[in-house]
Amino acid sequence: MNMIQAINSALDVMMARDPDVIVMGEDVGYFGGVFRATAGLQAKHGKTRVFDTPITECGIVGVAVGMGAYGLRPVPEIQFADYIYPALDQLVSEAARLRYRSAGEFIAPMTIRSPYGGGIFGGQTHSQSPEGIFTHVSGVKTVIPATPYDAKGLLIAAIEDNDPTIFFEPKRIYNGPFNGHWDRPAENWSKHPGGEVPEGYYKVPLGKANIARSGEALTIICYGTMVHVCQKVVEEAGVDAEIIDLRTLVPLDIDTIEESVKKTGRCMIVHEATRTSGFGAELSALVQERCFYHLEAPIERVTGFDTPYPHSLEWAYFPGPVRIGQALKKIMKD
Amino acid sequence: MASESPRANLKPLSLHVPEPKFRPGDAVDFTAVDIPAAGAARRPDTADEAKEFIDLAYSMVRVLDENNRAVGPWDPKLTPDTLRKMLRNMALVRAFDERMFRAQRQGKTSFYMKSLGEEAVSIGAAAALAADDMVFPSYRQQGVLISRGCPLEDMMNQIYSNSGDKLQGKQLPIMYSERRYSFFSISGNLTTQYPQAVGWAMASASKGDTRIAATWCGEGSTAEGDFHSALTFATVYRAPVIFNVVNNQWAISSFSGFAGAEATTFAARAVGYGIAGLRVDGNDALAVYAATEWAAERARTNQGPTLIEHFTYRAEGHSTSDDPSQYRSAGEPTAWPLGDPVMRLKNHLIALGEWDEERHAAQDLELAEMVKAAQKEAEKNGILGHGLHQPLDTLFDGVFEEMPWHLREQQAQMMAEEEASGRPWARKK
Repeated sequence: MNMIQAINSALDVMMARDPDVIVMGEDVGYFGGVFRATAGLQAKHGKTRVFDTPITECGIVGVAVGMGAYGLRPVPEIQFADYIYPALDQLVSEAARLRYRSAGEFIAPMTIRSPYGGGIFGGQTHSQSPEGIFTHVSGVKTVIPATPYDAKGLLIAAIEDNDPTIFFEPKRIYNGPFNGHWDRPAENWSKHPGGEVPEGYYKVPLGKANIARSGEALTIICYGTMVHVCQKVVEEAGVDAEIIDLRTLVPLDIDTIEESVKKTGRCMIVHEATRTSGFGAELSALVQERCFYHLEAPIERVTGFDTPYPHSLEWAYFPGPVRIGQALKKIMKD
Repeated sequence: MASESPRANLKPLSLHVPEPKFRPGDAVDFTAVDIPAAGAARRPDTADEAKEFIDLAYSMVRVLDENNRAVGPWDPKLTPDTLRKMLRNMALVRAFDERMFRAQRQGKTSFYMKSLGEEAVSIGAAAALAADDMVFPSYRQQGVLISRGCPLEDMMNQIYSNSGDKLQGKQLPIMYSERRYSFFSISGNLTTQYPQAVGWAMASASKGDTRIAATWCGEGSTAEGDFHSALTFATVYRAPVIFNVVNNQWAISSFSGFAGAEATTFAARAVGYGIAGLRVDGNDALAVYAATEWAAERARTNQGPTLIEHFTYRAEGHSTSDDPSQYRSAGEPTAWPLGDPVMRLKNHLIALGEWDEERHAAQDLELAEMVKAAQKEAEKNGILGHGLHQPLDTLFDGVFEEMPWHLREQQAQMMAEEEASGRPWARKK
C-alpha cells in the first residue's frame, strides 16, 4: 500500500468498527478528496457519515467540536495544512481547551487530517509545515507519520484517542519515499518495508518514536518526509548515524531521544518547517537540558529557511542532501 | 494647471464611520426607533419555506401591547402558572445579578456580567425549549441555567472559584459548564459556540435523536467569521438549531452600527442563507417564547435552522470592568422604548388578574433572601483571593486525558516550588 491507501484503509477500518466515526471535509465525499484519501468511503459508509463541507475551515473544526461534544468522533480533513489558519481559533481556543475548561464535562475527540510539506511545486499556499504552531498549544496532540504502516496505525490510534489530534500527512511521500534528490526517479512504497500494511485493525501508539536506523556516531531527530531524506544522506556520507523518526511531536518520546544522544554524543535535528521558533528549537533545548554533558559537538539544526515557500525556487528552500550533508560534516568534525 | 487624472472632475471619496445617536450628556430621543404594533406580525406555518416570510426579518414580532394585553397570532396563550414561573425566573436572574455584582465590588470575585434589561431573552427561550435541548450560550444566558433549576449555590461556587467549583477554578467567573442541564461550556472567544451548536445539532440529526440545539451571541459578534460559517453549515445540512442574536445595542462601547445595524437588521442575516429569520421584541417574554417555540418546532420537524434577533437593550455595563457612562447617554436605559421586560410581564399578569403588586414585592423579597442564603452557603466554600481552594496539582488535570511526561515534570516542579516558597497556601493540599 502507498500512504494514501493506508490512510484510506485506516478510515475504512475505523468507520466499520465504530458508528460514531464520521469523515468530513472539502471534496471528501463522492469524489474522495483531492488526494483520494477518502475514495470509496461514502459509497461504503453512507452520505451522513462521509460528506463534503462548505469551504470554511473554522466551520469545519467548530462543527467537529460540537459533534465531539455530542459523542461522535469526527475526522475532519483540511485540504492543505496551509488552509488550517482560519480554523486556528476553534482549534487553539476551543478544541484544545474544552476538556480543561469544563473539567472533563465536555471533550473534543477529533482527528484533523491535513496534507503538509513541500516538494510538489505547490508554491506558498500548498507547501507549508505548520506543526510548530500546534506543538506550542496546550491540549492538542500532533502526529506525523513517515511510512504507510505508521500512517495507518497512528491514524487509528489518533481516532481512538479522546484528545483532539492534528494528523499531518507528508504529501511528498504519499506515493513513495522521497530521498531528497528531486531530480532522481521516486521509489515506490511497494519496494519499502514501511509499505507492507496489514488490511485490518492495528495500532501504532501515540508518543512512541521509531528508530528508523540504528547507529553509534550521531543521532538525527526528524519526522515525516525528512526521515527518508536523512536516511539517504547518511547512507551516501557513510556515517553510522542513528535516525529517530519521532512519529508524534506531542506527546514526545523523550526517553528514546535522551538514550540515543547519550549513546552517540552528537545530535542533529532536521525539519522542513521554517527555522525560527520551529519545533527543532524545542528539540534542541530539550537535548541541551538533558544531554549537555554527553555532547561532543554543538547541536545542529537543519531546516527550511525563514521565508515563505517559493514556488519556482522550492528546491533551493528544501532542506535536501546538500544542506544536511554539510551539517553532517560540520557536526562530525569535532 | 490641468490635472492628468482621468477622474479630475470627481469629488474625493470619503469614509463613513458610524456614530451612535447619543453620547454622554445628550438628551435621548428614541422616537426614530421603528416599533411596529403588538400583534401586527403574521405567524407563518412552521412548515412554510423561509423565503415566504422574509418580511418577518425586517419587522418585529411583538405580543404584549401598551395595555399589557397579549395580542395577535404570536400570542403563545400560556397558562398563568407558566407566566408566573417566567416572571419569577426573570426576577431571580435580576436578584442573582444584583447580588453577584455587589460581591464583585466587595472583592469576592474578579469579574461579573449582569443581564439587566434583557432577562426575557434567556428566560423566554428556556421556557419554550425542552430541558434536554442542548444550549450553546454566550455569557449572558445564565437565565437558562436558572430556568432549568441549576442550584444558585453551584453557580456562585463557580463565580467564586472556590472549593465547591466543579470547574476547579479553571474558568473565568460566569463561564459555567453544566452538562447536567444540557448547558455547554462557555467560551470567552466570541461566537465560537455558533459552529459548535451546529455540529451538535448535525450529530443529533445524524444519530436520529430528537433533541435540538440553540445558541446565542451578541449583535456585535455577528461580525465574527464563525457566525457566517455556522449559518452556512446550518443551511447546507438543514441542522436542527436555533440561532439567537441578542441585539442589546452595545458591544462594550461600540454601538450596533459597527456590526452593520445602520444598513439592515440582524435577523436579515438569515435571508442570505435561505434560513428562517425572525426579529422579535426582546423585552417581551411572550414574544421570545413564541418565536423560540415556533423555531423549535421547525427544527424538530426537519425544517432546519431559524435565526432570531432579540431587539433589546443592555441596561447595565458590559461587565464589572466597564463604565457605560463614559460612552453613552445616561438617559438611554430608562428611555428605551420597549420598556423593562420584568415590569411588562408583571403588568400583563396583573392585567389578567393573576398577580398583584403586593405579591410581586413579596416575591422580590423572598428571592433576595433566597439568593442571600445561597451566597452564604457558597461563601462557606471560600471566595476568590482567600487562599487556594483547589488541590494545587489539579492545575495540570485535563490538559490531556492522560498526563504526558512534560506535564508531570512541570507538575513536580510546581509542587517543589510551593514547598520552597513558604506561602501560606503552599501546604494546603
